[in-house]
Amino acid sequence: MSDALKPDVTMDLKGLACPLPVIKVNQQIKKMQVGQILVAETTDPGAHADFPAWAKSTGNEIVNTEKKETSTMFYIKKLK
Amino acid sequence: MDIQQSIESLKNEMGRMRDERQNKLAMVVFSGDLDKLLAAFIIATGAASMDMEVVMFFTFWATPVLRDGKKKGKGKDLFGKMFGFMLPRGARKVKLSKMHMAGMGTSMLKSLMKKKNVASLDEMISLALEIGVKIYICEMTMSLMGFKPEEMIDYPGREFVGVAKFLQEAGDSKIQLFI
Repeated sequence: MSDALKPDVTMDLKGLACPLPVIKVNQQIKKMQVGQILVAETTDPGAHADFPAWAKSTGNEIVNTEKKETSTMFYIKKLK
Repeated sequence: MDIQQSIESLKNEMGRMRDERQNKLAMVVFSGDLDKLLAAFIIATGAASMDMEVVMFFTFWATPVLRDGKKKGKGKDLFGKMFGFMLPRGARKVKLSKMHMAGMGTSMLKSLMKKKNVASLDEMISLALEIGVKIYICEMTMSLMGFKPEEMIDYPGREFVGVAKFLQEAGDSKIQLFI
């Protein structure tokens, strides 16, 4: 993993269903600084469509996704 | 007026039209069905999390969902008492629109929701208020069904409003929904 993707905050959202992952991520990113990376791990299949849609609407960026066996890690960079 | 002027005034007009529609969702919540209410709150909390301003207007059958099961309204007339008795006392008493099956279907769905970590209606209401969703209650429904403010859940910003308030909010919202 490159240095730029070092997570500043990691959230375990495994097991949570729609709309909770998006709500929790939005609450967390509000507390962070511009440029910081939030990593959210989720098992919600809807997140693959929802996180990018959320990022687009709120002006943040998904910089990487990492698929694990039963979950996915979304690397979100706070842009504003 | 020459062409240049017409274009200029059209541009201004368009700019005004664009600006008037805010990044806001205005929703009428009319249904008292558990399934529709869950959908309403999922959309509302989702929108709030996408940094939209969200206003919900509770009217008709959705109004009793905001009753507090532990509180009672005082000084009701006969019809008020009847409505109070027949309509659900808060979010936990709401039924499914389909497959209720004398309570079996609804309680099955509730236990499934718990198992799959889907937030209950009760939790969704608190969550919505916590993340800044505004919930207005229809004043006319309150008086028609004889509900008293003291039997409703209490939260900061609670207001009993009329149709003009909804129309004003809906008028400058990007999205309007009726559920």
